[in-house]
Amino acid sequence: MIAEFGRQVRAEWTKLRTVPGWVFALLVAAVAVIGLGLAPGMSGSCGTRGPGSECKPPIGPGGEMVSDGLYLVAQPLAGDGSITVRVATLTGAIAGEHGKRPGLVPWAKAGLIMKASTTPGSAYAAVMLTGSHGVRMQSDFTGDIAGPSDSPPRWLRLTRNGDRVTGASSADGTTWITIGTVRVAGLPSTAQAGLFVASPDYTATAGGPFGLSGVESGPAQATATFDHLARQGQWTASEWTGTRIGGPGNGGPFEHQDYQRSGDTFTVSGSGDIAPLVTGAAGLGVSITQTLVGTFLGLVAIVVVGALFVTGEYRRGLIRTTIAARPRRGLVLAAKATVVGAVSFVVGVVASAVVLAFGVGVLRSHGVYVLPAGTGIELRLVVGTGLLLALSAILALAVGAILRRSSAAVAGVIVLVTLPYLLAVSVLPLGAAQWVLRFSPAAAFAIQQSATQWAQVDNVYAPAEGYFPLPPAAGLGVLVAWTAGALALATVLLRRRDA
Amino acid sequence: MSEATIEVTGLRKRYGAAVALDGMTFTVRPGQVTGFVGPNGAGKSTTMRVILGLDAADEGRALVGGRPYRALRRPLTRLGSLLDAGALQPSRTARNHLLWLAHSQGIPVRRVDETLEQVGLTGVARRRAGGYSLGMRQRLGIAAALLGEPPALMLDEPFNGMDPEGIVWMRGFLRSLAAEGRAVLVSSHLMGEMQDTADHVVVVGRGRVIADAGVAQLLAGAAGDRITLRTDAIAVADVLQAEGGVATRTGPDTWSVTGLPPQRVIAALGAHGVPFSEVAAHRPSLEEAYLELTHNAVDYRAPGGAR
Repeated sequence: MIAEFGRQVRAEWTKLRTVPGWVFALLVAAVAVIGLGLAPGMSGSCGTRGPGSECKPPIGPGGEMVSDGLYLVAQPLAGDGSITVRVATLTGAIAGEHGKRPGLVPWAKAGLIMKASTTPGSAYAAVMLTGSHGVRMQSDFTGDIAGPSDSPPRWLRLTRNGDRVTGASSADGTTWITIGTVRVAGLPSTAQAGLFVASPDYTATAGGPFGLSGVESGPAQATATFDHLARQGQWTASEWTGTRIGGPGNGGPFEHQDYQRSGDTFTVSGSGDIAPLVTGAAGLGVSITQTLVGTFLGLVAIVVVGALFVTGEYRRGLIRTTIAARPRRGLVLAAKATVVGAVSFVVGVVASAVVLAFGVGVLRSHGVYVLPAGTGIELRLVVGTGLLLALSAILALAVGAILRRSSAAVAGVIVLVTLPYLLAVSVLPLGAAQWVLRFSPAAAFAIQQSATQWAQVDNVYAPAEGYFPLPPAAGLGVLVAWTAGALALATVLLRRRDA
Repeated sequence: MSEATIEVTGLRKRYGAAVALDGMTFTVRPGQVTGFVGPNGAGKSTTMRVILGLDAADEGRALVGGRPYRALRRPLTRLGSLLDAGALQPSRTARNHLLWLAHSQGIPVRRVDETLEQVGLTGVARRRAGGYSLGMRQRLGIAAALLGEPPALMLDEPFNGMDPEGIVWMRGFLRSLAAEGRAVLVSSHLMGEMQDTADHVVVVGRGRVIADAGVAQLLAGAAGDRITLRTDAIAVADVLQAEGGVATRTGPDTWSVTGLPPQRVIAALGAHGVPFSEVAAHRPSLEEAYLELTHNAVDYRAPGGAR
C-alpha cells in the first residue's frame, strides 16, 4: 500500500513536471504573488516630506507599536499609595466635514492613571469611565478588564502596592467594587499619578448598498469633570501638572487641550488614544499582509493547474490509462492531491517569503507606514500562504474529479475561493463581507492576517484593511473542511463511476 | 487455474435500456493471437474496459492470470493494454508518457528506451505526443502496453489509422509477441485485418459471442462446397440441377455452384456440351466466413432493433 502510494506519487509528479504549460502556470502563480506584492500599489506621506515626517509610533512595554495620546494631570507618587476621584461628567465633540459637533466616541476615556513617565509608550495602569463601554481597568496598552457598565457620575480608585496596581469603582464613594489587579513591571518607584482624559478618533462605516466607500473618520475630543479628589501615600509635589502626551498632530481641531481647576473641581479635555496601534481607518498605515495582495491572482493560476491535473486526463481519456496502471482509485486521487498540494505549497512559501522580505521595504520607500510584525507572524504568513495555495489546488483537483470538466471546475473553484475574497475586500458591505469570509473557502485568507484586532480599539476591522472575521487557524480550517468534503465526494464518485 | 491468461465469464452490462454485454464468455490463451471481432457496438471495447476494471459489469467476472485485474498491484506487468491511442496529454513527450507509466509500476527507466526502440519511435521520443500521427500514437500505445513485459496483451483496434506499411509491421509484431508465448487479444471491426494475424477468433455481436474458433477451423467451415463457374451458357442451371447441384447466377457470366464437387461439375458440363471458361473451387476469405457467421446475428438483430 505504502509502496504503491509512493510509486503513484512519483508517477503523478512526473506527469506534472512534464507538461510545460503547467510548469509555466505555476511560475506565473509565483510571479503574480511577487509582482503584485512588490509593485508600489499605494503611497503615503511617512518620511517623504523630509526629516521629521517619519512615522515613528511609540513602542509599548510589550514591544508592540502603540498609540499614546492623552491629556495627563499628574503629580509624582513615591512608592505605594492610592488616588480616588469622582468622575462627575463625561462629554465629547467630534470634528467632521462640517466642523465640530457634540458626540462622545464609545472608547472615550476619563479616569485615574499611574504612568511610568510622560514619555509616549511608557508603562501604565489606569481605571476609567468610557463613552459606552462602562468602567474599565487597562494597563500597558494591551490589557483591558471590564468593570460595571455604568455612566457618570462614578467614583474611581487606583491603588499601588509594589508593582501591583488595583482598580476599583463605586457608585457612592462608600461601597467599592474591585475591577482587577494588574502587574505593571515597568512602573518605577516614583510614578506619575493623576487624572487623564483621552478620546480616540471617530470612525464609522457609512453603509451604502455597495462598498466600504464611506469610511468616515475624524478626530474627537472628550471632556470630563472630576471632583472629590483624595490621595494616600507620599505625594512629593504640591502642584498638579497638565501634560499633553502624543495625540493628533499640530493644527488639528482639538489642538488646545488643557485642564482647568476651580476649587475642588478639575475639568480636563483630551484627544488621542492610549491603546495598541492598529492599521486602517482608526490607526496608521497598513500591516505586512498588504504585501501579500497578489495571492488571489496566484491562486487563480494554481486553481487552473489543480483542476487540469485531473480534468485534462478526462478530456483525453488518459484517466483510463492512469486507472489501468493503478486500479486502486483512491490511491490515484491521494497521489494527485499530494503532488499538486506539495508543489503549490512550495510556490506559496517561496513567493510569500520573497514578497515579505522585499515588499515591506517597497511600501516604506513609498511613504506607507507598515506596522511591524514578529518573526512568528511572518513565519505563519509564509507557511499559511503555502497552505492556502496547496489546499486551493487540492480543492480544485477534487472539484475537477467530481465535475470532469476543465472549464466548469476552474470556474467553480474560482467562484468559491477567489471571488468571495475579491468581493469581500472591495464592494461588499462589511456585514456581507464578513459573512462570506466565514463560510466560503475564501475564509482561509484569514491565515494572512497580521494585524491584531483589539476589542478596546474601535476601528473599521474590514477585510479590505486586512482584518478577517475568523482567527487565522479557524479561517484555514474552513478551507480544510471544504477541501476534505470535496475530496471525499470525489473519491466516492471516482470509485463508483465507470472510468 | 486454467492455462488461459484472460478469462471472461458471463459478463452482462446494461447502460439504461441498452444491453451492452449479454453473457460475454471467452478465454484468451498464451502463445497465440486471438482476434476479437464484431461490428461496431458489439461490446468489444466494453468487454476490454471490464477486463481492466475500468467499467463494472452488472454480472459475470473477468480474470487476468486467474485474478481480478483490480487486485493486481503492478497490473502493467500482468496485462499490457491499449484502449485508445489518442489518450495522451498532447504537450507531453512520448518518452515522458512512458516514463510516468514506468514510475507508477516501479519499472526501470531502461524499459522506456527499450520499448521505444522496439516500436520504432526512438528518433521521435522527445517530441510532443500531440504532434504524432495516429499511426505513431498506435506505436506509442503498443510501447506502453509492452513496458511491463506482461505475459498478456490486449489491444483495441490497433490497426486503426495505420498506413499499409504500418499494418504489415503490426501483423508481424503481434505474431512475434505471440511466438514469445504471450497471450495477445486484438479487437477489430474488420475481419480482414485478422487474416494472416490471428490464430484464433472470437466473433461477437450484440454483446455475446457468436463464434469462438481457430482460424483454420473457421475457414474450413465457411468454405462449404461452393464452386465458382465462369460461363455464359444459361443451360448450366438445368444441367447441374439434374446432377443434384444448385447453380446460382452471381454475375453476367459467373455462377456459384453448391452440392457438387468440382470434378463432377466438370464431368457434367462436358457430357452436356456446355462451354465454360473456368471452374474454381471457392477459397473463402475470413471476411466471408465472418459475414456468414454474423448473417444470423444480423437477422436476429432486426426484430430486436424495433424493441
